[in-house]
Amino acid sequence: MASEPVYVVDGARTPFLKGRSAPGPFAASDLAVQAGRALLIRQPFAAADLDEVILGCASPSADEVNIGRVVALRLGCGHQVPAWTVMRNCASGMQAIDSAMANIRNGVSQLVLAGGVDALSHAPLLYNEVMVRWFGQMMQAKSIGQKVGMFTRLRPVQLLSPVVGLLKGLTDPVVGLLMGQTAENLAWRFAITRQQMDEFSVRSHQRAVAARQAGRFGEIVPLVDGKGRVYLEDDGVRPDSSMVGLAKLKPFFDRRYGRVTPGNSSQITDGAAWLILASEAAVEKWRLQPLGRITDSQWAGLDPAQMGLGPVHAATPILQRQQLALDDVDLWEINEAFAAQVLGCLAAWQSDAYCREQLGLAGALGSLASERLNGDGGAIAIGHPVGASGARIVLHLLYALRAAGARRGIAAICIGGGQGGAMLVESMAAGVA
Amino acid sequence: MKLLTENDYQGKVMNPETHSYRHWRLEVDAQGLAWATLDKAGESTNSLSSAVMEELARLLDEFDRHPPKGLIFRSGKAAGFITGADIQEFTQLDTPAKGIELVARGWQLFNRLAALRYPTLALVRGHCLGGGLELALACRYLLVVDEPSTRMGLPEVMLGIVPGWGGMLRLPERIGPQAALDMMLTGKTIDAKKAKRLGLADDCVPPRVMDGAAALLVLAGQRRRRPPLGQRLLNGPLKSVVASGARKQVARRARREHYPAPYAIIDIWAHHQGNALAAPQLIDSIVRSPTARNLVRVFFLQERLKSFGKASTFTAGSVHVVGAGVMGGDIAAWCALRGLTVTLQDQGMERIAPALQRAYAAWGQRIRDARELRRVMDRLIPDPEGHGASRADVVIEAIHENLDAKHALLAGLEARMRPDAVLASNTSSLRIEDLRSVLARPERLVGIHFFNPVAKMPLVEVVAADGTDAETVQRATAFVRQIDRLPLPVKSAPGFLVNAVLGPYMLEAMRAVDEGITPATVDEAMLAFGMPMGPIELVDMVGLDVALAAGRSLAGSGAEPPRCLLERFNAGHLGRKSGRGFYDYAGGKAAKGPAAAVPAGLAERLVRPLLARTQQLVDEGVVADADLADAGVIFGTGFAPFTGGPINYLRSQHA
Repeated sequence: MASEPVYVVDGARTPFLKGRSAPGPFAASDLAVQAGRALLIRQPFAAADLDEVILGCASPSADEVNIGRVVALRLGCGHQVPAWTVMRNCASGMQAIDSAMANIRNGVSQLVLAGGVDALSHAPLLYNEVMVRWFGQMMQAKSIGQKVGMFTRLRPVQLLSPVVGLLKGLTDPVVGLLMGQTAENLAWRFAITRQQMDEFSVRSHQRAVAARQAGRFGEIVPLVDGKGRVYLEDDGVRPDSSMVGLAKLKPFFDRRYGRVTPGNSSQITDGAAWLILASEAAVEKWRLQPLGRITDSQWAGLDPAQMGLGPVHAATPILQRQQLALDDVDLWEINEAFAAQVLGCLAAWQSDAYCREQLGLAGALGSLASERLNGDGGAIAIGHPVGASGARIVLHLLYALRAAGARRGIAAICIGGGQGGAMLVESMAAGVA
Repeated sequence: MKLLTENDYQGKVMNPETHSYRHWRLEVDAQGLAWATLDKAGESTNSLSSAVMEELARLLDEFDRHPPKGLIFRSGKAAGFITGADIQEFTQLDTPAKGIELVARGWQLFNRLAALRYPTLALVRGHCLGGGLELALACRYLLVVDEPSTRMGLPEVMLGIVPGWGGMLRLPERIGPQAALDMMLTGKTIDAKKAKRLGLADDCVPPRVMDGAAALLVLAGQRRRRPPLGQRLLNGPLKSVVASGARKQVARRARREHYPAPYAIIDIWAHHQGNALAAPQLIDSIVRSPTARNLVRVFFLQERLKSFGKASTFTAGSVHVVGAGVMGGDIAAWCALRGLTVTLQDQGMERIAPALQRAYAAWGQRIRDARELRRVMDRLIPDPEGHGASRADVVIEAIHENLDAKHALLAGLEARMRPDAVLASNTSSLRIEDLRSVLARPERLVGIHFFNPVAKMPLVEVVAADGTDAETVQRATAFVRQIDRLPLPVKSAPGFLVNAVLGPYMLEAMRAVDEGITPATVDEAMLAFGMPMGPIELVDMVGLDVALAAGRSLAGSGAEPPRCLLERFNAGHLGRKSGRGFYDYAGGKAAKGPAAAVPAGLAERLVRPLLARTQQLVDEGVVADADLADAGVIFGTGFAPFTGGPINYLRSQHA
């Protein structure tokens, strides 16, 4: 490990807005711009003083493919601040932080704006392959006669059968499973019941509601749309979430026979989250008051059909490296892609067999106390704008540690395609640089 | 590396006779194309002075002897193509004969230009107005460069004159009479894309290909643009139909006795083939009427206001506005439109959001390019916690008019602001002297007083009290220019200039209502006088509560407020904002009902207090001189511009 410390100076995110069967009020870059400008105006430095901007995004729209650069320019960073976009599916936002850390550690950058964004409600509908071929031939048609001929070969049913981009994105391209089906695999493997999943989900909502009421989401900055509507809070959090209500929902991924429902899965959501990362020199130069430091990070790979156990595979090497037990870490954020998946992670750490065979440990790592994990709710309540979530959990972990007066935390996330990412952070008390 | 200059690129050959021109550069390139570049000596913009026109005539003489393959006109100025005729020369038109001579000079020269046998082209980049557009219209081809600064129009009517150098003939010929009359009668300008769409321009190109495009187009051999058949019929046998429609439209905005020029434009187009020389009596009436003289005067007053602030090199990059109400919100939105980064503070996002929504709606109508609109809105940043104050170059306070609240705010702002930033208040009724008492450096507070609606009212009063730091006033003035408003320096005094002169005028109007004259009749009297809005409707717009409070603070508590005002105020009718005041606003507009016959002398009576107060403020030194008072009252209230302003009007009455 390099010893150059990397500080998190500040951070902010948008409210997470649930997708409701139509494109939401904000494009992905709008979300990142509104959160970013609210964050930047409270800094002692200007946007142009940043060394670079790194933005994670799993599904940038066709007109903002390098969305990081689009956002940096819109934020007023000026022409000279380089900006790029990173993609590691559900961990794109965490990847942005990790890339910023790498550049700070090797001296390339001192001050970096890093985060993640996705506007899943804007995911496109695509023409299917038959239609794409038809358009290609149409463009080659020269004469009127040829063109008319092309129209006679047009089948409306093809035109009306678009490929749902979102569904493609949530399907593993190698093993062909929907993400929810990989969660069903974990439920089967560790014998996690529907009841356990739903209980976990109700708790996620309850914790998010409590955290909101206690003012523990200080990282949220409001959004305003062009019609003057203000969005202050995550709109997927349900104070009325109950076992009875969740029990009514049908299994979505393995229909009829499965256990994973929309109610015990994360929500399809639009949102953005940012952190400002700084080197020691930048902290001194601008007299910054960091929230904390990121002291370690890890990526791991595993069977795509078991992708939900990614946090186990990424966090365990950090614990070993730092010689920490599960309970030595004051607070944990494990992204809640699915209740079955988080419960699967806990079960894996408790399983002698899994820890021996898959992690190469002597035996089970132990159990992680519920009160240390996702204390202010998770993606099941708050939502999972894929690219933003990795940044959100690191940021919220720092806020939660400071609120609890605690020091050490790990944020971990599972990644579609069979990967996991984790970061170890240390909180710093307010007013101490 | 040495960059190629344009001359290298086109391989031009200097013409031996070029040295004889002061304002034109003449070059003939390898293809035999002549490039005539207007670069008026000693000026930053091109205008068609008599010297420039005389040289153009000689230039054409030279080409008569050696005709080029084609002739391209362009500008050597970064600022634009040609702003129009030299307006300074208009001030010397004291006799009708001189007026006719001026018209004849351009009419004949541009007719000659239009009749040339070799092809001609105007390459228009930047503003191309008045005589400049008439020159371009006389060319066979017109090529415009697609840049935001490219604006084309015939704004003569705004100076009370007519586009007599062929504009009234060739613009209708080129784009049809409906669009042409619309441009000539309103004086509004159009951008490059619209010029192409209307057929005014043959093509619209980016600057990177403009020279090549000009060379290609001038030799393309295509015919001169003309509008579709329908428009050609309207410009021929059906002229009288269009003319009578246009007269009706003009009558709704401007009365013939106040503004003869738009009526003359219609007549000259409809009855004299656009040739003003064929209607000498119309030129005569325009030159004799005081309107043109006064409007030209107003033009120069505006130029004078624009010159303020040039003493300072201050350029703001960011502005922090506190108070997201109608004024604060609109000031913030305007600054964002003008390219500044703006933080807008108020108590909570819910209070800021309506200002953002108004900005989005207003600029959405104004800006066609979605990306440009997005850039503007990205610069307008809601800032409920007021972080922006610590980095802003200019901080403007625009909260409600409460001294204690403003004291707390100003003291807090001063503590956080950069020491070199401008601290300003948009107050209209509180004294700078009272506001600044809480500051560690009281000399830094300056008034920057906008008018409602900000986007429509060009004047901004820059208020200095005794002891206000002169450099700060300069910076504030430069800032007002930077956001394209007209700064008027005034001394701290109740109501400054504009509100101080409106007060007694509105009061007198309400006294007339107390005497039994209906509000609609009072308003009609002043509309007939030439005001853009009647005084009673103005009270409704200002708000009856505000008018009552202002009346008390301006006239002292001893004076009795008008009965009609008090009654309505007590009944809760506060004006437009409450849906009812003197008029009902249920339909969005004032429901005035018919006006009775205006009693003789009513307008003179109502305007007299305004005139007297203006003179008084000049005498007291609240505004530096009478000309600035005229400028302030015209641009701050819309006071009938054809009168040349209140003091000018007063003098003309006594003359």
